[in-house]
Amino acid sequence: MIEVQELTKSFGESTAVDHISFTVNKGEILGFLGPNGAGKTTTMRVLTGFIPATSGSARVAGFDVFKESMEVRRRIGYLPEVPPLYPDMTVVSYLDFVARIKNVPAENRKSRIDDALQKVNIEDKRHELIKRLSRGYKQRVGIAQALVHDPEVIILDEPTVGLDPKQIIEVRHLIKGLAGRHTIILSTHILPEVSMTCDRVVIINHGKVVAVDTPANLATQMKGGQRVHLEVQAEEKALRAALQEIPAIKRVTAEPAGTAGRLSAAIEVAPGQDARSQIAEKIVGRGWPLFELRGAAASLEDIFLELTTEDSAHASKKAN
Amino acid sequence: MKGLYAIYRKELGHYFVSPVAYIIIGLFLLVSAYFFVLILGNVIQQSYQATMESMQYGGGMAFDAPSMAVGGFFGILSTLMLFLAPFLTMGLYSEERKRGTFELLMTSPITETQIVLGKFLAACTLLMIMLLPTAGDLIYLFFHSEPSPPWRVLLSAYIGIFLLGSAIFAIGSFFSSVTESQLIAAMLTFSAILLLWVVGYGTDSTGYLASALQYLSLIRHYDDFTRGVVDTTGLIYYGSFIFLGVFLTVRSVDSMRWRRA
Repeated sequence: MIEVQELTKSFGESTAVDHISFTVNKGEILGFLGPNGAGKTTTMRVLTGFIPATSGSARVAGFDVFKESMEVRRRIGYLPEVPPLYPDMTVVSYLDFVARIKNVPAENRKSRIDDALQKVNIEDKRHELIKRLSRGYKQRVGIAQALVHDPEVIILDEPTVGLDPKQIIEVRHLIKGLAGRHTIILSTHILPEVSMTCDRVVIINHGKVVAVDTPANLATQMKGGQRVHLEVQAEEKALRAALQEIPAIKRVTAEPAGTAGRLSAAIEVAPGQDARSQIAEKIVGRGWPLFELRGAAASLEDIFLELTTEDSAHASKKAN
Repeated sequence: MKGLYAIYRKELGHYFVSPVAYIIIGLFLLVSAYFFVLILGNVIQQSYQATMESMQYGGGMAFDAPSMAVGGFFGILSTLMLFLAPFLTMGLYSEERKRGTFELLMTSPITETQIVLGKFLAACTLLMIMLLPTAGDLIYLFFHSEPSPPWRVLLSAYIGIFLLGSAIFAIGSFFSSVTESQLIAAMLTFSAILLLWVVGYGTDSTGYLASALQYLSLIRHYDDFTRGVVDTTGLIYYGSFIFLGVFLTVRSVDSMRWRRA
């Protein structure tokens, strides 16, 4: 549905997006994850035809976003970072205006508007002036605006920013409900959002793609591998010596736990291996009292930090 | 065409919910009515004097009081236009850019030309609405003066003020598209009109430069219209001004995509 190839956008000297490539399949939700200033908004602006790319190509539903911009614009619903609202209009007259400029035929307009209002759950505010709405409601009107012409592709730039936790959950449900019928790209710098809503994730940093995969795959197969947390009553040296005997263990960090004599240890295990039973065997074999033994997959958060900080370290090395 | 109409509709509606339009139109009508009364008093006094003089010295010049009143009134309308029109166009694009709604327009399936024309036509409609009540003053004059001013002159004067206003709006629309600040847009528009207003002053001598400058002057062609002369030169002059203003606005709106966001 969406194909981006070697897309580059520079503003004068600085490059906001640097040769990125990815594809989005029909009906999929793609998460665009990266720290602020990573190039998420710029990529979305190129996809929606708001700004032209410096080089590379992007196609939406088979149409080139620059050369066949009108065809692409007809098929895209777009919520920019700041919802594009006219404060002096009522919700319903605003959506009517958007439906008109998006070429919704007159006979469908009313039902499309009602449908959009219902999807974002603001039917009760339809005759309210937009300037009187709270931040959360404004954001919902912004989403309704992106849905009103029933587009094939929906692009949402940070759709949950400024919402309270309850609203965030609602919006995530809404987005999940839209998938299948619509193809969705959403950007965010909030990690749980990606693992909860997206089928696939593109992690982007300094304008470059650092990883593309499903959230689950990223979380398991990535570098961090498995981690084991341990709380045990033992001497640190002895514990280290015992654990070093297990080949799958890469690294052990131990520190005194809250209770005297106990150690709390974090053990990094090589990817694809499970060392928990071996660890338990060693500890029980030496007769140390074991209080806790817990395996944990590296969270998306760890991976994200690892990927983005590694990349910036790499970048600064290059600069030197 | 539908896109153009949608923009036009939104824009006109926007004028009627914004206090700016009400303040400017109210001020325009108030000041023009005030000057209408002053001009009438002045013209009546002058015509008395002229009558007295002709009685004292015999003969005397023909004194066309109604035409003087019409000329003076439309002179005031054009001056008010110079001061007030920049406020009506300053927000056309700068406000959209500031609010982020520009991004919505530019990613919708409508062309830049549709956006610009829709906005310009809405502004021209507002101009008509603004000029309409001033007809009340002239209808008064029409029925109470002897002889009444010829309706052809009134019609041509209205065509003149409408063309002048539209040309100013076209300039204002361009300047609104080059900046995000409404204040700067208004100041640039005002400066441009003022320069075009005075450009022909003091060049009554003949010569190529003088006649070129006189041709450029916004107000010289307008004066013909208020005297009842609908001249093709004037029509072409204002027509090309409007075309140029709209064209430059379209180019400027289009170029925004290429500028640094």
